[in-house]
Amino acid sequence: MGKKLIDSGEAVGIIAAQSLGEPGTQMTMRTFHYAGVAEQVPTGLPRLIELVDARREPTQSLTDIYLEDEFVKDKKKNEEVAAALEHVSLSDVCAVTENFAKKELRIKVDTKFAQTKGITVRDIINKIKEVLGKSGKIKSKNDQILLHINATYQKLRRITMKVKSIPLKGIKGLSKATVVYNEKTGEYFIRAGGYNLHDLKKAEHVNFSRVYTNNVREIEKHFGIEAGRNALLKEIRQVMDLQGLTVDVRHIMLLADAMCSRGMIEPVGRHGLSGRKSSVLARAAFEETVKHLVNASIEGEEDPLNGVTENIIIGQTVKLGTGKVRLIMRQ
Amino acid sequence: MSKKKEQFSVFDHVLVPKHEIVPDSEVEAILAELRVESKDRLPKILPTDPCVKALKAKRGDLIRILRKEPTGEAVYYRVVV
Repeated sequence: MGKKLIDSGEAVGIIAAQSLGEPGTQMTMRTFHYAGVAEQVPTGLPRLIELVDARREPTQSLTDIYLEDEFVKDKKKNEEVAAALEHVSLSDVCAVTENFAKKELRIKVDTKFAQTKGITVRDIINKIKEVLGKSGKIKSKNDQILLHINATYQKLRRITMKVKSIPLKGIKGLSKATVVYNEKTGEYFIRAGGYNLHDLKKAEHVNFSRVYTNNVREIEKHFGIEAGRNALLKEIRQVMDLQGLTVDVRHIMLLADAMCSRGMIEPVGRHGLSGRKSSVLARAAFEETVKHLVNASIEGEEDPLNGVTENIIIGQTVKLGTGKVRLIMRQ
Repeated sequence: MSKKKEQFSVFDHVLVPKHEIVPDSEVEAILAELRVESKDRLPKILPTDPCVKALKAKRGDLIRILRKEPTGEAVYYRVVV
């Protein structure tokens, strides 16, 4: 004691909860920020709830991609890579219609749009050949591709679906890649909608050690729980900062540590932290009171009364602050 | 694919702090310092965690994590479960 800034027995958890909860009441209910992408990324209260609930799929994911050191300040190279990363599937640049009577697929390429993505009709035909192999005859004229397939209707349908989803270019899941300039460091980076760290790892010129996504679960999956915790911490801080609220990092750190203490990012609340408390009384005091009490009595669960909630319920001194000290008689 | 990519290790990533396996001889002293009765009262780390895999840590190993926090450097411990 005395060596630390916080005294032993201080209720840090409660203080953290209050310090995060009070500014939470001041946050705007529905806010989005645009951050250079056309996607709507929630901030403020909805985003905070999303983070604390540790959702698997956030409303809108973003991935920030930095290039290798030699290209970081090269705007052109950034734009090049951004265009290469953005996912384009066949149905994005073509209109596909089926003709069951003639057993054909008519694919009309939107050449103007395809050109902006750097895709030619030739590329598309090659891709189709690659996917279908020898199972169809391909004829093409200008921007029209005709696919003659001798198969049953059901099979034709299946092939249509397959053709529509042929990836022409880029990394699956990444959309709307834009180059953003970071004024502070003078570097450029690519901000894309969606996430796919697995495939991004293999992408060329990408500095994988700096890749970041606002999907904390994805970070956890690829870089481990500690990186996940850091991402979670960063995201919560960002929400608070954007709202102009100042909360000491230590409170957020404690929250992030609590959420990550079991080796994975867990939500706070009924299905997460609160629902897994060791004490029956503490769980019953939170939500689903009857369920917990009934289950505990069936199983003959014991409560050692170590926590705060349990002791308040039965009216004992809580083992916090001065309540933590006990007297022992000298013999 | 360039050579650099093949050699990528999780520890290269900016968000990943340094992890190391604590030798068995030090474990007791650490538990005493943290005033924890046994290892299973410490925060956990899954054996499937990319960092655990990279370290080739076994179940029950204590992992020392040297974090760079906004408040300075900190040491954190996790047990492989």
